Amino acid sequence: MRRGVRRKVCLPMSKSSSIKPPAALEVAALNVYFGQGSERFQAVKDVSFKLEKGDSFGLVGESGSGKSTVLRAISGLIADWDGRISTDGVVVPRHRNKAFYRRMQMVFQDPYASLHPRHTIDGILSEPLKLHGIKDRDAKVLKALDDVGLGKSFRFRYPHQLSGGQRQRVAVARALMLEPEILLLDEPTSALDVSVQAEILNLLNDLRRERNLTFLMVTHDLAVVAHMCQKIAVMNRGEIVEVLSVEQMRKETPKEAYTKELLTASRGYDPDFFSVA
Amino acid sequence: MNDQDTLLSVEDLWVRFPSRRGVVEAVRGISFSVGRERIGIVGESGSGKSMTGRSILRLIRPPGDMSAKEIRFKGDNLLDYSEKQMRSIRGHRISMVMQDPKFSLNPVMTVGAQIEEAYRLHSKASKKEAYRKTIEMLEAVQIRDAERVYKAYPHEVSGGMGQRIMIAMMLIPDPDLLIADEPTSALDVTVQMHVLAILDKLVQERGMGLIFISHDLNLVSSFCDRVLIMYGGRIVETCKADELHNAQHPYTRGLLAALPQVDKPVETLAVLERDEAWRAQESVSAYE
Repeated sequence: MRRGVRRKVCLPMSKSSSIKPPAALEVAALNVYFGQGSERFQAVKDVSFKLEKGDSFGLVGESGSGKSTVLRAISGLIADWDGRISTDGVVVPRHRNKAFYRRMQMVFQDPYASLHPRHTIDGILSEPLKLHGIKDRDAKVLKALDDVGLGKSFRFRYPHQLSGGQRQRVAVARALMLEPEILLLDEPTSALDVSVQAEILNLLNDLRRERNLTFLMVTHDLAVVAHMCQKIAVMNRGEIVEVLSVEQMRKETPKEAYTKELLTASRGYDPDFFSVA
Repeated sequence: MNDQDTLLSVEDLWVRFPSRRGVVEAVRGISFSVGRERIGIVGESGSGKSMTGRSILRLIRPPGDMSAKEIRFKGDNLLDYSEKQMRSIRGHRISMVMQDPKFSLNPVMTVGAQIEEAYRLHSKASKKEAYRKTIEMLEAVQIRDAERVYKAYPHEVSGGMGQRIMIAMMLIPDPDLLIADEPTSALDVTVQMHVLAILDKLVQERGMGLIFISHDLNLVSSFCDRVLIMYGGRIVETCKADELHNAQHPYTRGLLAALPQVDKPVETLAVLERDEAWRAQESVSAYE
């Protein structure tokens, strides 16, 4: 029943689209479910947000808050969802097509798990080009390696010969092979040491500036999100409880108690935490 | 600090692993002492911090090899102990909380049975007494529904609760020293605060010593009394925890600068430039 209704929801986008360009990514009333029948569990409830081109938007929350699920639903990794997802004013099809993946790519949390262990870096980077029938792969792979600060000596190595930071650079390079406009970043540095985290965050910021990319970033680390994003949505139990700018967050003017709690906790141990919260 | 307050002192500890490309030295001649205080060991992956924790309990398995001049615990040199004597130390006098409760709890035993086992192994308590004590301990680590959790299996509890169960299990024999290896890294921030508050209270109430191993500089500087910073198997610097932000060593400074902070926005994060000379430097001894 729900599915039938959903299929009919097509375009028409807001009238203002004739005046200013439509949002790079818009998510409206997104619900995501897991399981079936009486076991069906709603992991994401009525989540809506909008990213203009060049925005960097952060989703924060604790594990189980549904933040990664939102990303996975957008990227087409979860089937059971309803609501509307559109990029540049075009509603994305139920079955994601090639055009969608040329516009949007994802970087995953754990570079130890996201790269195929039996493929060389060359194979990993040229696979998306092959799938999309793009020519001149040689030059593109070399350029991609160069763009993420890895030399061409890395080209024929296997992932196990690389450190965690180098692997995550490869994952970023792979996501950028098709020159997407939007990058979905799912905890891109939480598996890495702080010094390596700094390198990857700097790389991502540089790439965003150079290519005018749009970022949607999921993290549990408020300091990372404050560094990377201008706007932040706090999620709890599948819902967005608060959307605030990074300035608001710094000035400690969040309205929700939950956001305050996260902020206090991000500053380190506080013996008075439980008497305050 | 005088000798009586020193629980543990380690002198010239080495941990080595043979590999195809020669011997890897994971810990290279470190010396430190622990009193009735909270000591933080921080470092990045591969710095040797976890190996340091494990070698105190002589838990380095062959082909790995550890050696030290001495590991003195309350006056006795643990290196002289037989394997059987070590077993009376492990869990009883010195306990260790591992990083991930998913891999540390027995999946086919109920939570209650596991905690009871830990207690009864080291004391002659009756079953009834052990049950009472287990429930009491579960309540001490802020588990509300202790009787239900007692009967539950590890897969039926959340990660945060699993970690608290681990802590309950490690504390029930009333150890003198607790080694906690990244005890809160797998937990959400608010649960993490909860676990830390429990540890903090127990250290203060029982006069326990705590070795807190972590990669999180903010956490260690706010939670511990004293910090050792490890790099390449050596202690490069030691300081009072609340003075960590004034650290002198370029490695520590680099780590601190690489950390994004909510209150201090920067355009670009500082990237740590590693200096080969750091590896060659002598280890700093961290005696109090």
